Amino acid sequence: MSFLDYAPAPESTAVLNLRKSYGLFIGGEFVDGSGSAFPTVSPSTEEIITTVAEANEADVDRAVAAARKAYDKTWSRMSGSERGKYLFRIARILQERARELAVAETLDNGKPIRETRDVDIPLVAAWFFYYAGWADKLEYAGAGPNPRALGVAAQIIPWNFPLLMLAWKIAPALAAGNTVVLKPAETTPLTALLFAEICQQAELPPGVVNIVTGAGPTGAALVAHPDINKVAFTGSTPVGRKIAQTLAGSSTKVTLELGGKGANIIFDDAAIDQAIEGVVSGIFFNQGHVCCAGSRLLVQENIHDDVVSRLQRRLSTLRLGDPLDKNTDIGAVNSKAQLERITEIANSGDDEGAHRWSAACEIPAKGFWFPPTVFTDVHTSHRIAREEIFGPVLSVMTFRTPDEAVAKANNTPYGLSAGIWTEKASRMLSIADKLRAGVIWANTFNKFDPASPFGGFKESGYGREGGRHGLFPYLESSDWTKGGR
Amino acid sequence: MTRVPAVPQTPRSQTVLGGSPTEKALKRFLEGIPGVDTVGAEARAAGFNTRSLKTSTKKWGLDTIISMVDLTTLEGADTPGKVRTLAKKATMPDPYDLTAPSVAAVCVYGDMVAETRAALGDWHVSKRPDGVAVAAVATAFPSGRASLPVKIMDTKFAVSEGADEIDMVIDRGAFLAGNIGLVFDQIVQVKEACQRADGSYAHLKVILETGELATLDNVRRASWLAILAGADFIKTSTGKVQPAATLPVTTTMLEVIRDWHALTGEKIGMKPAGGIRASKDALRYLVAVAETLGEEWLTPDLFRFGASSLLNDVVMQRQKMTTGHYSGPDYVSVD
Repeated sequence: MSFLDYAPAPESTAVLNLRKSYGLFIGGEFVDGSGSAFPTVSPSTEEIITTVAEANEADVDRAVAAARKAYDKTWSRMSGSERGKYLFRIARILQERARELAVAETLDNGKPIRETRDVDIPLVAAWFFYYAGWADKLEYAGAGPNPRALGVAAQIIPWNFPLLMLAWKIAPALAAGNTVVLKPAETTPLTALLFAEICQQAELPPGVVNIVTGAGPTGAALVAHPDINKVAFTGSTPVGRKIAQTLAGSSTKVTLELGGKGANIIFDDAAIDQAIEGVVSGIFFNQGHVCCAGSRLLVQENIHDDVVSRLQRRLSTLRLGDPLDKNTDIGAVNSKAQLERITEIANSGDDEGAHRWSAACEIPAKGFWFPPTVFTDVHTSHRIAREEIFGPVLSVMTFRTPDEAVAKANNTPYGLSAGIWTEKASRMLSIADKLRAGVIWANTFNKFDPASPFGGFKESGYGREGGRHGLFPYLESSDWTKGGR
Repeated sequence: MTRVPAVPQTPRSQTVLGGSPTEKALKRFLEGIPGVDTVGAEARAAGFNTRSLKTSTKKWGLDTIISMVDLTTLEGADTPGKVRTLAKKATMPDPYDLTAPSVAAVCVYGDMVAETRAALGDWHVSKRPDGVAVAAVATAFPSGRASLPVKIMDTKFAVSEGADEIDMVIDRGAFLAGNIGLVFDQIVQVKEACQRADGSYAHLKVILETGELATLDNVRRASWLAILAGADFIKTSTGKVQPAATLPVTTTMLEVIRDWHALTGEKIGMKPAGGIRASKDALRYLVAVAETLGEEWLTPDLFRFGASSLLNDVVMQRQKMTTGHYSGPDYVSVD
């Protein structure tokens, strides 16, 4: 036998107690949707997990009305410390049900249980704990004197970190005193619906959190609704642009967290084995479905060959397969459409003359899969160096001097993340100063903390999530609104 | 005029330093090796811990661990009786299940080598392929604070008594003081002292005592130094200093072995020692070895555990897998 063919170690799905179908969560209850219900599919098996209601314009209207009523009658009149109690209660329930949520997320999204168990769900709870603490301290957040909530927030989240993105949106909004209508992505609604159950379990006042499921049209109806005060969106740049157009000239506030094409820069004095680990987690974490992924590797030319061979060697130890197996490193691509997009852009890399290398791994017969792939001989004009692939594909380029590294790293319409690998602290600081990116990791990558603000430059969007900065988009100073500013 | 001290040339040092190596060249080479980021190294080691080894993989792993154990007693109170008991246990770790493999070696002080060989009898590795070897610590173990002639005598004595393997300690004081050439020279000379009358050599394991080197950068440099000087195995610790073997330290050493193999095709062995007491921990070391170096390193020829209490825990886990229920400390032999 081969030791490295670790025997199957699947996480049990017995912990899940799913319904055959889910309605919309409006006013504290599950209600039928008026659109046509749709299935949510497990991307690793293509099996249907459950059926979900589709919200049409009338449903969205009902949800916004429920949120408005909860805001007017309950949530805006409640003290900050009372709001905090609800958030702490939700955080504790999230921890108690962590295993169930991890399994549900893995089933619905296709990402490995190792990640949902060790990263996604612990961060979800951490986010609620963190913002629960802010609920009665908003005066001190730095958002101006007498800060108060905006009202009803419309929130639209992507499929790559379904429950974590929900936490990033709902926790600060509720702490700041807003009520919300949230639309999860159509391919990953499951954990948002389980979160709705958690809101019931926590006896959160009805209407404070409303969840409407559906695809693009549902989201468009939500954004265009006249009675919302705030839109928070995480997703693709084209959709973000459309939202900005829809809301132009209105008083609705907007934050957008969009795409990225992060650069991971390795200097020749880096701690090389740890840099390789960072590159791997930078682009192959969550199958590369990460907006802040380090999808461009900029490596100093004199160590290029060594880095590439070490990287290939390391990638050969990654295990692709059943996401519920505790030893799986690379899970399934979330949808057929995404797999087609990854495949199409990767093919353009071949056509444009880059050299493709993929880890030798057995691709399961069913489901959507893409092996960890590295392109070398990539040049700045290549599509794979410019467009966000949102998949497990790394483009390797070289640089000669620190200035060239900075110029190449900044040469992108995006500006969400970057990484610097060097053992020389002075170089690290001077490079970090020059990079145009919202998050810069030094000798690490893809590390998240609720206390740290996150957001983009340029086409990666505007507004910050996380930290006290993450409260600002949900607050306004009441002195300003009275003409103080 | 100050003379640049020369260090003895070894076939391996020639690969990276060229002919007539000097201490300065050796130092420059070691300082030029990429650093180790401690946070990242610890994260990598923690990643190995998340592997979940079940059923057939676990069973194979437990047997493999037993076959890799250097069953050790290194006490001032060691007696012939104690050593004989340990030698017997080495040949049959589980008296209730004779399908359990024998361990790799018994590790004792030099003056107990003859007694150990006699106790092993036909179970000695020279008599049967699955037999048990005799390893002896030498060179003023564990501190290494003795003159070079004493260290060489210590080694020669153990070899002449029939030690198959020598576990030497490096001079950590010299290493930390920057006397790299001295450390190198001592390893080379001890290696020479491992030569038997018939011209063959006892296997040399070089103990870095990583708990005293403190940083992973030092661990990496000392690993290179030991390999260049001629180590067959590099070993973390004596077991007398805390911390002894840890997964981040071991991984750092495995990475040097991997890089040396990539450079020359030569396979160096690895021995974490001290502090590995549970089967679960030992299994994680197997994961680290397999994922860093490849499965071909999962053999007693290239990987050992320096341990004493580990063996009983592995035997208990093995009994659990065979019988389906846990036994207890009274179902494994005390030693």
